[in-house]
Amino acid sequence: MRTGALAALRPLARRFAMFVAVIWAASTLNFFVPRLAPRNPIEEKLLAQQEMGGTTVDIQSLVRAYNAEFGLDRPLWRQYLTYINDLAHFDLGYSIADYPTRVAAVIGRAMPWTIGLLTTTTLLAFAIGSVLGALTVWSDAPRLFRAIVPLFMIFSAVPFYLIGLALIYVFANLLQWLPLGGGMGIRTMPTLTFAFALEIFKHSILPACSILIASVGVWALAMRGMMVTVVAEDFMTFAEALGLTSRRRFTQYALRNALLPQVTLLALSLGHVLSGSILVELVFGYPGVGQQLFRAIQNLDYFVIYGIVLVLVTAIALAMLVVDLVYPLLDPRLRRLGTAR
Amino acid sequence: MILRYLRRNPSLPLGLLLIGGLLAFSIAGRFVIGYDAAFPLSGPPSLPPDADFPFGTDADGRDLLAVLVYGTLLTLKIGVIAGLLGVAIGTCVAFVAAYHGGWVDVVVRILVDVLISIPALLVLVVIASAIHTSMSTTIMAVTIALLAWREPTRQIRAQVLVMREAPYVKLAVLNGAGAARIIFREMVPNLLPYLAASFVMAVAQAVLASIGLEALGLGAPAEPTLGMTIFWLMSESAFLLGLWWWIVAPITVLVLLFVGLFLITVGLDELANPRLRRDTA
Repeated sequence: MRTGALAALRPLARRFAMFVAVIWAASTLNFFVPRLAPRNPIEEKLLAQQEMGGTTVDIQSLVRAYNAEFGLDRPLWRQYLTYINDLAHFDLGYSIADYPTRVAAVIGRAMPWTIGLLTTTTLLAFAIGSVLGALTVWSDAPRLFRAIVPLFMIFSAVPFYLIGLALIYVFANLLQWLPLGGGMGIRTMPTLTFAFALEIFKHSILPACSILIASVGVWALAMRGMMVTVVAEDFMTFAEALGLTSRRRFTQYALRNALLPQVTLLALSLGHVLSGSILVELVFGYPGVGQQLFRAIQNLDYFVIYGIVLVLVTAIALAMLVVDLVYPLLDPRLRRLGTAR
Repeated sequence: MILRYLRRNPSLPLGLLLIGGLLAFSIAGRFVIGYDAAFPLSGPPSLPPDADFPFGTDADGRDLLAVLVYGTLLTLKIGVIAGLLGVAIGTCVAFVAAYHGGWVDVVVRILVDVLISIPALLVLVVIASAIHTSMSTTIMAVTIALLAWREPTRQIRAQVLVMREAPYVKLAVLNGAGAARIIFREMVPNLLPYLAASFVMAVAQAVLASIGLEALGLGAPAEPTLGMTIFWLMSESAFLLGLWWWIVAPITVLVLLFVGLFLITVGLDELANPRLRRDTA
């Protein structure tokens, strides 16, 4: 009994080790790549400020002072240990561009926008795509669905932001139905009113649609593949012999069985969706993490760049871990297998 | 017979046609217009399409026809270099791992699994922001190649593992063939369709990554690629200025490019893996 439980835990432990390895790899890369490059972010920042006439003091001594402050004058391995230690305490350091602000604060401000946009669009694309893909195989469904899927397949090859640019052009520029960009109006103050919620919603329609249009096809295609095998199963013939309605057979028998493997695809697609949505935020000036990343790159604000990269890698790894852990709970077949072994 | 096959697998010719058309446009365009015209102040700014500038000019006075002609090839250059490097590295690593087996294979598998869980764009942002000032399309291609070998490695390793057990390879081993002979005479020819498919996919991924980096402001400012065009039209707010010709043409070219690469990949996949072939119904 005990050894059985331990054996069941082993894949879990391996999966968790993998999660730690991903984060360690990303953070180590984050630490060493910039230090291999022949540039000093602080010196660059101060020189840029001097060019703009900001300071007249001796730059070199200022650079030394800042280097000491950020600990850049110590040996590399000491810096690395401090860095890992800081990360373990969720300390991402300070933004160089607007110094007293902490990187964590910058990211924290932007994160809700990105998470909101990403989770809604991913779940919607998952639901719409799966049902659409299933309907293309279902013989009672209108033939129209069979024509839609190749169209969405083509869309899935086009990056989100190109669809976004096209949507802005048509709906914001030509028709002027929806705002050009941003998360809310420039003069709007956040309040807990219906009007404010409506405004947030209006600003999110186009960014969300550009992600949706491009990702529905991926789900539909995968679902179609699963559905083909499910429809041929014996229990489908049995359900028909029982005289169940087409609708009931579709939702209760076919869809439920084909849907589960889609969940694993969800974990795999997250990274792709995230990279795409970073650029969508850019196109729309949506105030999420992607927009912050762009600003940090423009300002050469390296600590913010590394902070954002690390937080996003961690978030994706965490989401993949959760999906992998939850999946066996969703699928009764796997649950039984796990205990039998 | 080839014709009948192509009718059943229309993705491949359609994709080749799209990419071929873009290449033809880009190569023929070189005889019509000079590289200089793709740079600022080669024409009056923000000019709508007319007889002299059939695609108009952007807000900096680049002739958009020249930008599209030279940009398409520059962007494809990044994709092809990164794709070639990625598939070459990937194939070597995959063969070493799958053929050697043991701890080498375990290390490669774990490495690929870990790296594949990290979104490439994020890592590329870190690398590209470190070499920012000296960026060029060639450096961009090599940078992207640093991560472009992950998927090819995974796909080809799986194929080699399957092939190693195939009867014809076993037979070659019994005949006393050496490793080199088995790899190059028995395995590689059978891998070619897979190699081609993963190459085209790697090209598409690399183009996607390069445009992402360029849109984030990490591109090569002195080379008018399609991605830089996207960066310029966003940073100089072409939408607010209402310069539709600046927006529509590059988007169209990029969409054709991505759809073309996608169709070729789908077609090659079907060629390599007959089980994927759709029933004619």
